[in-house]
Amino acid sequence: MSMSDEGELAIANMGFVRREQLPPQPPPRRMTGPIGWVRENLLSTPLNIVLTILVALLLAWVIPEIVNFLFIDAVWTGMDRDACREVVQHREIGACWPFVWERLPYFIYGSYPGPERWRVDVFFALLAVAVVWTLWLGAPRRDIGMVYAFVLMPVASFILLHGFEVIGLPVVDTVLWGGVLVTIVVASVGIVASLPLGILLALGRRSHMPAVRLFSTIFIEFVRGVPLVTVLFMASVMLPLFVPDNFEPDKLLRALIGIALFASAYMAEVVRAGLQAIPKGQFEGAMAVGLTYWQRMRLIILPQALKTTIPNIVNNYVALFKDTTLVFIVGIFDLLRTIEVARIDPKWAAPVTSTTGYAVAAIFYLVFCYGMSRYARAVETRLAQSDRR
Amino acid sequence: MKKIAALLALAVLVVAQSASAQTLKTVKDRGILNCGSNGTLAGFGLPDAQGNWTGLDVDLCRAIAAAIFNDPKKVKFVPLSAKDRFTALQSGEVDVLARNTTWTSSRDTSLGLNFTGVNYYDGQGFVVRKALKVNSALELNGASICVQQGTTTELNLTDYFRSHNMQMKSVTFATANEAVKAYDAGRCDAYTSDASALYAERLRLANANDHIILPEIISKEPLGPMVRQGDDQWFDIVKWTLFAMLNAEELNVTSKNVDEAAKSDNPEIKRLLGTEGNFGEQLGLTKDWVVRIVKLVGNYGESFERNVGQGSPLKIDRGLNRLWNKGGIQYAPPVR
Repeated sequence: MSMSDEGELAIANMGFVRREQLPPQPPPRRMTGPIGWVRENLLSTPLNIVLTILVALLLAWVIPEIVNFLFIDAVWTGMDRDACREVVQHREIGACWPFVWERLPYFIYGSYPGPERWRVDVFFALLAVAVVWTLWLGAPRRDIGMVYAFVLMPVASFILLHGFEVIGLPVVDTVLWGGVLVTIVVASVGIVASLPLGILLALGRRSHMPAVRLFSTIFIEFVRGVPLVTVLFMASVMLPLFVPDNFEPDKLLRALIGIALFASAYMAEVVRAGLQAIPKGQFEGAMAVGLTYWQRMRLIILPQALKTTIPNIVNNYVALFKDTTLVFIVGIFDLLRTIEVARIDPKWAAPVTSTTGYAVAAIFYLVFCYGMSRYARAVETRLAQSDRR
Repeated sequence: MKKIAALLALAVLVVAQSASAQTLKTVKDRGILNCGSNGTLAGFGLPDAQGNWTGLDVDLCRAIAAAIFNDPKKVKFVPLSAKDRFTALQSGEVDVLARNTTWTSSRDTSLGLNFTGVNYYDGQGFVVRKALKVNSALELNGASICVQQGTTTELNLTDYFRSHNMQMKSVTFATANEAVKAYDAGRCDAYTSDASALYAERLRLANANDHIILPEIISKEPLGPMVRQGDDQWFDIVKWTLFAMLNAEELNVTSKNVDEAAKSDNPEIKRLLGTEGNFGEQLGLTKDWVVRIVKLVGNYGESFERNVGQGSPLKIDRGLNRLWNKGGIQYAPPVR
């Protein structure tokens, strides 16, 4: 009797035996779909359950208030303060939107002269094109986009915004600039200037040339040791005391330089952290194939270093974007300052005016900062795919 | 440390000296007047919805520009904080400082700057709820009072109650905005600040009509424009621009009737408007400098009503700022 016969016999003696595998059962309903997600993410442990309840209570408390203020109780039309006052309207009053609506041009352009405001609109359009062209991966000819964004666009914007008599654009003094315009100009100059300067400073600090290293170290440590407010204040108040009378460096320019230098010092430390995370083998391998210093950095080291530091770089950018509000210290009217000025206007004086103004500022900064961090997350995810191979 | 401070002060003075000579020529060459102003005080210096600056202090700068350039728009307004206003004038960043600055002895003597006059007599006052049935600050014994921290306002408040042997509880806040909110929420019985600011703050209360401003003014706050020391011609121009606006009001010369007034036989008006004598030229300006000021900006009364008085939402009473012959103390020397 062969082995298989013995097996057949054994099976025959056992009544019923399933010959093929059962089809897999779907997981229990409680473990999949929305219910499963909730159980796994919100209610997985006792601590988690407590936290979930606390957060839910918090949201239930905050969100209706915000929705009430911004929409349900809000005033949508009106000519002056009476529209937004409880004692006149005899009802609960939320956000005073007609105030924002009337002051919106001021929030966007500041005191930029009325007939010239189209120039600011064109600048916003140029900037939007630059942002999309360089940041959207599907855009065609992104190499030209880079040249456009970093060379053509800044030059064109400067001519456009500041003016150039020869081609018939009257000069608009930067004292008149304000609102979103100033916030965007200051933030983009800071963002664009700080990365290259920061990389150079970071490389300088790790350099083997003592003079370069010393300069970079002193610069970084000095700038990081001083608050931004102080840098701006020095640039704005003290500088004019030590230059000749007729030479008056532009106030906005002074602030821009101050912010660019300040941001690059912080950026340098972020990039340096990335450089230190690169294994020594990468440097040695690059040297072994005969690359020069700049080739090594450009082709091997920096791409890896920058990739690891993307979250920190974006973190810096978000902080910088919000730090631009500090230029009000030197008498430049950024968005927040124009809102502060508008809320003082007696025409719209009402208890809700200030709150409405600050809500607008909060929404603006939230949208921009959240946008930046979402984009950074997307880039991170894309770059991380190469590590998962 | 002291040596360094002294050196810095010396440097500031030297620079200030060199910057101050020939201000009129500098302004004319530049083609625009640099005016340091507030930028965040309703009625005195505040950009409107189009971004144009308006206010009593702003009008003074516009009047100077009108006198020099015959164009009140040729002013670059530099918004200055309370901290950096004097440095900005010392360094020559601005030609004139019209930023609700209180004239005090130390500011007049130790900064290398001069006050040219008083364009608004301010003083610290109180706002209380009508329901409290208080009609005088002297009835505020035992009251709790909201006040902004670290200001002369806070010190004046303490002084006033001590000198009248009264008790009070001061509740302090970092910003005026917070102090007003707290008063509105009922945290205190009264709120104190400069009277001019009280009128603006009162509008922001939930129901402005439930509150009154008490008649007592407990401190002297004469607000005036400043220029650098060492340029008497420029000092005179700024000083006489204000006097011209006051004299125009006294002689009933307004922006509407100035052209007819120029044909008047009244010798005082003739001298003021330059149809007789050459007083404008003595200042380094033109004969018709006052015509320009009044036509393009208005006289003092017009400017006052438009910016802080009945023509504005603030509706501040003229009070001390009435002309001397109408019960106030605004008084300008004659043109002759």
